[in-house]
Amino acid sequence: MSKAAKALFLERRSYRQRRLMDALRLLPLLGAVLWAVPLLWGQPEPAAGAADGTGSGGMPTSHAMLYIFGVWAVLAILALCLSLRLDRSVDKMDAPGGA
Amino acid sequence: MGKHVLVIEDEPNIIEAISFILMRDGWTVDTHSNGHDALDAVAARAPDLVILDVMLPGRSGYDILTDLRAAPETRDLPVLMLTARGQAKDRELAERLGASRFMTKPFSNAEVLDALRALVPS
Amino acid sequence: MASLNVLIVVCLLYVALLFAVAFMAERAALMGQGGWLRSPVVYTLSLSIYCTAWTFYGAVGYAARSGLEYLTIYIGPTLVMVGWWWGLRKLVRIGRTQRITSVADLISSRYGKSNTLAVFVTALAVIGTTPYIALQLQSVTLSFASFASADPNSSVPADSRSTALWVAVGLALFTILFGTRNLDANERHHGVVMAIALEAVVKLFALLAVGVFVVWGVGGGIGETLARIDTSEIGEWQMNGGRWAGLTMLSAAAFLTLPRMFQVLVVENEDEQHLRTASWAFPTYLMLMSLFVVPIAVVGLEVLPAGSNPDQFVLTVPLSQGQDKLAMLSFLGGFSSATSMVIVAAIALSTMVSNHVVMPIWLRLAGGGAAMAGDVRHVVLVARRVSIAVILVLGYLYYRVSGGGTALAAIGLVSFAGVAQFLPALMGGIFWRGATRVGALAGLSMGFVIWCYSLLLPSFGEGILMSEALMTQGPWGIAWLRPQALFGISGMDPLVHAVLWSLLLNTSAFILGSLASFPHPLERLQGAQFVNVFDHSGNPQSWSGGIAQSEDLMIMAQRMMGAAQAQALFQAEAARQGLGGYLPEPTPEFLQRLERELSGSVGAATAHAMVSQIMGAATVSVEDLLAVADETAQMMEYSSQLEAKSAELTRTAGQLREANEKLTQLSVQKDAFLSQISHELRTPMTSIRAFSEILRDAPDLSAQELSKYASIIHDEALRLTRLLDDLLDLSVLESGQVSLNMRDGVLSGVIDHAVAAAGVEGAGLIIRRDRLRENVPLHTDLDRLAQVFINLIANAQKYCDAPVPVLSIEVSRRGDDLVVDFVDNGTGIPSQAQALVFEKFSRVSDGQAGGAGLGLAICREIMMRLGGAITYLPGQGGAAFRLSLPARVALAAQ
Repeated sequence: MSKAAKALFLERRSYRQRRLMDALRLLPLLGAVLWAVPLLWGQPEPAAGAADGTGSGGMPTSHAMLYIFGVWAVLAILALCLSLRLDRSVDKMDAPGGA
Repeated sequence: MGKHVLVIEDEPNIIEAISFILMRDGWTVDTHSNGHDALDAVAARAPDLVILDVMLPGRSGYDILTDLRAAPETRDLPVLMLTARGQAKDRELAERLGASRFMTKPFSNAEVLDALRALVPS
Repeated sequence: MASLNVLIVVCLLYVALLFAVAFMAERAALMGQGGWLRSPVVYTLSLSIYCTAWTFYGAVGYAARSGLEYLTIYIGPTLVMVGWWWGLRKLVRIGRTQRITSVADLISSRYGKSNTLAVFVTALAVIGTTPYIALQLQSVTLSFASFASADPNSSVPADSRSTALWVAVGLALFTILFGTRNLDANERHHGVVMAIALEAVVKLFALLAVGVFVVWGVGGGIGETLARIDTSEIGEWQMNGGRWAGLTMLSAAAFLTLPRMFQVLVVENEDEQHLRTASWAFPTYLMLMSLFVVPIAVVGLEVLPAGSNPDQFVLTVPLSQGQDKLAMLSFLGGFSSATSMVIVAAIALSTMVSNHVVMPIWLRLAGGGAAMAGDVRHVVLVARRVSIAVILVLGYLYYRVSGGGTALAAIGLVSFAGVAQFLPALMGGIFWRGATRVGALAGLSMGFVIWCYSLLLPSFGEGILMSEALMTQGPWGIAWLRPQALFGISGMDPLVHAVLWSLLLNTSAFILGSLASFPHPLERLQGAQFVNVFDHSGNPQSWSGGIAQSEDLMIMAQRMMGAAQAQALFQAEAARQGLGGYLPEPTPEFLQRLERELSGSVGAATAHAMVSQIMGAATVSVEDLLAVADETAQMMEYSSQLEAKSAELTRTAGQLREANEKLTQLSVQKDAFLSQISHELRTPMTSIRAFSEILRDAPDLSAQELSKYASIIHDEALRLTRLLDDLLDLSVLESGQVSLNMRDGVLSGVIDHAVAAAGVEGAGLIIRRDRLRENVPLHTDLDRLAQVFINLIANAQKYCDAPVPVLSIEVSRRGDDLVVDFVDNGTGIPSQAQALVFEKFSRVSDGQAGGAGLGLAICREIMMRLGGAITYLPGQGGAAFRLSLPARVALAAQ
């Protein structure tokens, strides 16, 4: 009884660890996508007229800064959380047989 | 004087049997018992017909037949071949080489006589 | 007002502090007390050499000119760091297990320890880094100049050249002192790392301090500052999308490939687990470093007179506000940034230059004899020190020659693009086993050429190294070769254009070269180790130790030579060393022998590499060797299988041909046999039929004729019976179903019986015998033996053509065999017929005796059944047959 429970626990644990590794792999992709968003922001075109009432189609630098630094902070916090949750011995699970 | 037959055969008992039958039928019979000088015997006796065994000591009956057919004077000489090897291919070979008639041993005496009469009409 | 002299004093004190910290760290590490030296925080801080003076000062200037574009320089490394699980982790593991000393070492190791590649990478690294060092010298000089111009008491006008020289000399001294203090196999420099960690703290603190002052001291708080930003020149998001993405990618690539970054990331790494901390801490560091850049730039643009150099805002804004101490701190921050970068870059480059350029040349010049351990250590140290000095001299000269203008400032990204050319070979090498040396060389050369042509040379400005005509019309007027519009694609940002084309063509050449070439064994071995580093590097030291090494050697040898041969070799060696079992001590003689043996299967170079790598500590794990050995074995097995298959095919074809011939022969024999049987049966039947017909049809036969013909029929019937008896006898004998009636008897008795049965008496054949010799007891089938004798006597009777036929029966012993010879005085059997006399239906004479030709065939079969033999004995005058009976037949009865 207790043995079975323990095995189950380990199973869940290694499953969780593997999903954490997946998250770790996806983190840079998330960063790349979020930081690619500024590419969609409109360029200031004085001749084009005002779309948002501020007299320019551009994104204010302060907003841009808030967004970019916000992404930065989120990435750093996520990386911190993942590195804390991930077991130290987890490297071995990365081998083909263990994954 | 009946027609002249040369029997080329190595088994003495068969020679005796054929000679007896033919002589009673009025043929003149000469015999020869080996293959070496069979052609000489044919040339010397100048028979009207030859009875030729296939398995002769010294030379095979087929070889002798081939030579007979090659020489102009014996090209049309009637030859009755006798063989104890009763296979179809022996008959075919004999016919190809120009045997006038081919008979397998043991033969019926009457058959031999009929064949001879057919080959040399009197 | 700040005095330049105070600044110099502070600066010197700071340098002294760095020396002290480095010295203490070295001591602590030496005494084994350096636990705190190996903390992940120190590792993370050491990574901050990424932020050089160019970023410390230059970022603000960059922001003042181009808005937020400067962020790309930090975003790239952040992504790499956050994605440590993908690439960095592997790079660090490889670096640690392979004892990699530099990026050149990694690339050359991966591609079969190719020194060509190492030299190439080293050269490219030096070319790319020298301007960067010059840039650091420039920024220190400029910051001095800023202070000097702000100091009214300054009696000595700051001579920028001498400042740069003094800085260069000081850095060379520090680097030589702490960078070449010892020759650690791991190339780790605790003192240096500690010093740059301290500098990292200083520069972050300085920049944050300036930032806080600017936002709250000058800008009036966060909201106010943000408002100021939006109304400034850079108040709107203005971004060339290509540059945003391109520079992010470029800085990410450079973060991995810059020699100094590789040094701190991989070479100086103490523990892989430090990466975990760095994965979030370093992005945070970068974020903080860039956080106040825009506010400083905006405030600088506001408060300073137009035309002020924005690259010095970090310094000049506090100075203009009278914050001398803050400015001093800021100066120290910039100084820290510059010096830490130069120190680490110099160490990294000197390692590369000495390991891959100086040492190979020295070893070649010195020959094999001088390669004593002490000698080499000394030479390496001298080479390192000289290299450091030379690199700094080069940097200084570059600074002098280039004149330290804005042209130099542009060199930062140019340098990034240069070292980014390592990326395909580096990443391809650790993720793709198919990457080859040829591919790496092709890619690097291609990338280097494009980089030089479309970025480095044009960066000096039009008309300096490249003529204006070349730039606008292309070489020889070929428009699609214009340096900044390759393949006719114009209108791109020159930097993005160069990065795009150089990396694209670099990668293409790398892949094509790899696909088209075939790697050496060592290359394949290294490839397997690098790419599969996680499969077996968990416990790299586990197999060390004498017998364990022997076992590893044996496992490898078994894969290469085959188990039996390897075991024999090892057992013999163990026996020679006086040990039992299969595992000898790995003595040098044995290793040499093993190498020779192995080279038979894989070639000398590979054998050497494999043995030396098993013996040479932790550079290669056994599994790597086994992987390659397996591949080799598979290849060899495959080729030998092919060989065996073709040999087998040939053999099978031969067998088929043989079988076919045999069948044909059998068929011919069968036909001949049937013909013979037919002939032998039909001939007596012909007589019987003819005479029985005569008897039937001729009523007038004489009594004499009747009796004669009846006896002919009788004789022929007997002949037929005999023939059938013989045939049956033979078939029974041949089929092996004969049952022998074994009895005891005496040879003379058997011969007596045979002579009597053959009916020799009165037939004219004289038989000579030696009855004394015939007195041999026998245990055999006496009837069958007699049958043979009867046959032989009858043959002599039939075929002996002498006037007085005589048959001698001679008994003798030959060895253990009893031999009975039957020799007559006739003409014998012609030699061409001797081989055939024992065959069925073979009749030597021309049928005068009328046998069916089965007698001798039956004799042969009988003798075989009795365990003896019958042979024709040539050269005896007449026909001679020899019977031999085995000893047991004759002796058993004695």
